[in-house]
Amino acid sequence: MSSRSNILAAVLANQPDNSPLPDVSIFNDLYTSEDAVERFIATAMGIGSSVHRVAGIDEINKVISERFTHGPVVSNLSGINNALAVDDDNYHAADVELSVFKVRLAVAENGALWLTEEDIQKRVLPFICQHLALVVNAANIVGSMHQAYERIGNARYNYGTFISGPSKTADIEQSLVLGAHGPRSLTVFIID
Amino acid sequence: MKQSTMDHAARANDFNRDEERVNWHDETLWWIRQKRDLSVNRLPEWEELREAASQIKHNALSNLHGYLQAFEANAIANGVKVHWAANADEHNRIVHNILKSHGINRMVKSKSMLTEECHLNDYLAENGIEVIDSDLGERIVQLANEPPSHIVLPCIHKKKGEIGDLFHRHLGSAEGETDPQVLTETARQHLREVFLTRKAALTGVNFAVAETGEFVVCTNEGNADMGAHLADVHIAAMGIEKIIPLRKHLSIFLRLLTRSATGQPITTYSSHFKTPAAGKEMHVILVDNGRSTQLGREDFRNSLKCIRCGACMNTCPVYRRSGGHSYHSAIAGPIGSILAPNLDMKQHADLPFASTLCGSCSNVCPVKIDIHDQLYKWRQVIVKEGYAPEAKKLMMKGMALTLSSPAFYRFAGKAGRTVMRLAPFAAGNKLNPWYNQRDMPEAPAQSFAEWYKKNRL
Ligand code: SF4
Repeated sequence: MSSRSNILAAVLANQPDNSPLPDVSIFNDLYTSEDAVERFIATAMGIGSSVHRVAGIDEINKVISERFTHGPVVSNLSGINNALAVDDDNYHAADVELSVFKVRLAVAENGALWLTEEDIQKRVLPFICQHLALVVNAANIVGSMHQAYERIGNARYNYGTFISGPSKTADIEQSLVLGAHGPRSLTVFIID
Repeated sequence: MKQSTMDHAARANDFNRDEERVNWHDETLWWIRQKRDLSVNRLPEWEELREAASQIKHNALSNLHGYLQAFEANAIANGVKVHWAANADEHNRIVHNILKSHGINRMVKSKSMLTEECHLNDYLAENGIEVIDSDLGERIVQLANEPPSHIVLPCIHKKKGEIGDLFHRHLGSAEGETDPQVLTETARQHLREVFLTRKAALTGVNFAVAETGEFVVCTNEGNADMGAHLADVHIAAMGIEKIIPLRKHLSIFLRLLTRSATGQPITTYSSHFKTPAAGKEMHVILVDNGRSTQLGREDFRNSLKCIRCGACMNTCPVYRRSGGHSYHSAIAGPIGSILAPNLDMKQHADLPFASTLCGSCSNVCPVKIDIHDQLYKWRQVIVKEGYAPEAKKLMMKGMALTLSSPAFYRFAGKAGRTVMRLAPFAAGNKLNPWYNQRDMPEAPAQSFAEWYKKNRL
């Protein structure tokens, strides 16, 4: 017999009687979306992101041009100054200074933003860039992870990730260092 | 990796030779436990979340046969290649064969306690394949030729001076450099080169969703994603107990995992892998290695609910003061002491005794595993099967005699108190391991029974 059938047979023989799933919808309404933007900002800043509330692309460009001057900028948003389109062939992912992505969902309770392959096209881009900027509409910030998965529902994505701050490590004597392997900073722009 | 036959107590003794290090280890882990408390106390629904997580895991275990097949069918439909491994050896051979079929002899690996359990790195090294661990803490212990000492904080037993020395020798940092910022930057540059040049990447799996065939990998560093996205072949290794039924259940587990582990509200990255990227290959290996046996042990089944947050280690007074290596098993601490005897009862007979049974582990466990009860139950099994550690056997015989005879109990108590008053060195000597690194308290002049007789109204 193959390992597959051996394992499945052993599991079937040893698994206990069915025990029902709990109702997890009780968690869905614990957090209102009213103060979600404020809570998102407080949490995101607490874990090392910088957050800007902006009216539109001009303000985003202003912040970017002040802070990121070194190398190629790649974006899925039109209107970012000097940015290459994600599918442009004229850059190496490893050289990217800043990636800017518009995303469709963010979570107040943990400062995380949801990116899918559809948003970023190349999976490695939000990880390999030196700095990352994410843009989200205020209306797309939900209160909790329960509400986030409610929004995601049974959407089809090939790959999706929650990102909640700059890449970090505390493996050396528990001293927090930003910029482990991924971006050294995360800037979040909230469009009101 | 270093292997020896010393038991937990002897290894703990070793760890305790460096008092400064033990104190630092103890206090640092307790500090992490306190960060967990702060984070947890912010959620009024915490207890309901734990209960829901525990029930979801129970449902998953009670329908594992069906969920595993659903996961497999969905993953295959997503374009993922699914493998089944009955044990560590088969798991290692599957990884090796995938690499061989692509002519790959260098691989980058993010954190996977399962591959530690299977000793994958040693196996691949023997077969001429180089593996580089990309989690900073794991890279540090790999350079030191040691196993991780903690499932979330692999090099928590190391001081920055030692790490600086390792990096100076292996990665060319300046001699005497101990600044964590500088050392992390050194590792970043070194591992970036590795990520960009490796054609195969192995990752662990935190959760695998039966409903969709996707799996989720959580890191703070971004190393799992860097490796997986830059490689042509991504291999994900998971124990069969990592299955959860529905995608929406991820909300419960992602809320619990990192708050329990470090006090963060979520890891920096929680990546959901569903299909291979265009032109690339993705493999999932479903590993049993004793899990189906544990599923059949009613008393110990709950241990399969573990989501590897490490909270039970951070809170454990024994773990904090004995260090992860004292458990001589891939997974240390209270949960490791329940999992290890399932794999090899004789070799790990000492571990369920490495606990005070204070119950702190069970209180913090985000999936409500009855950890300390299971440790207690393992003790009975181990004694019954004749695997009890020698010293415990002698002690238990002595206890049985003392407790079965009230007269002897009174005599022994009196004798003990007299000895402690007149000759404390008789208890506090080398023959009594409890006394190592401890001072004995002063003995009271009378027993409680004597006091009660005199003072009762
Ligand atoms: S047993 Fe519970 S507390 Fe310990 S690592 Fe597993 S989930 Fe965390």
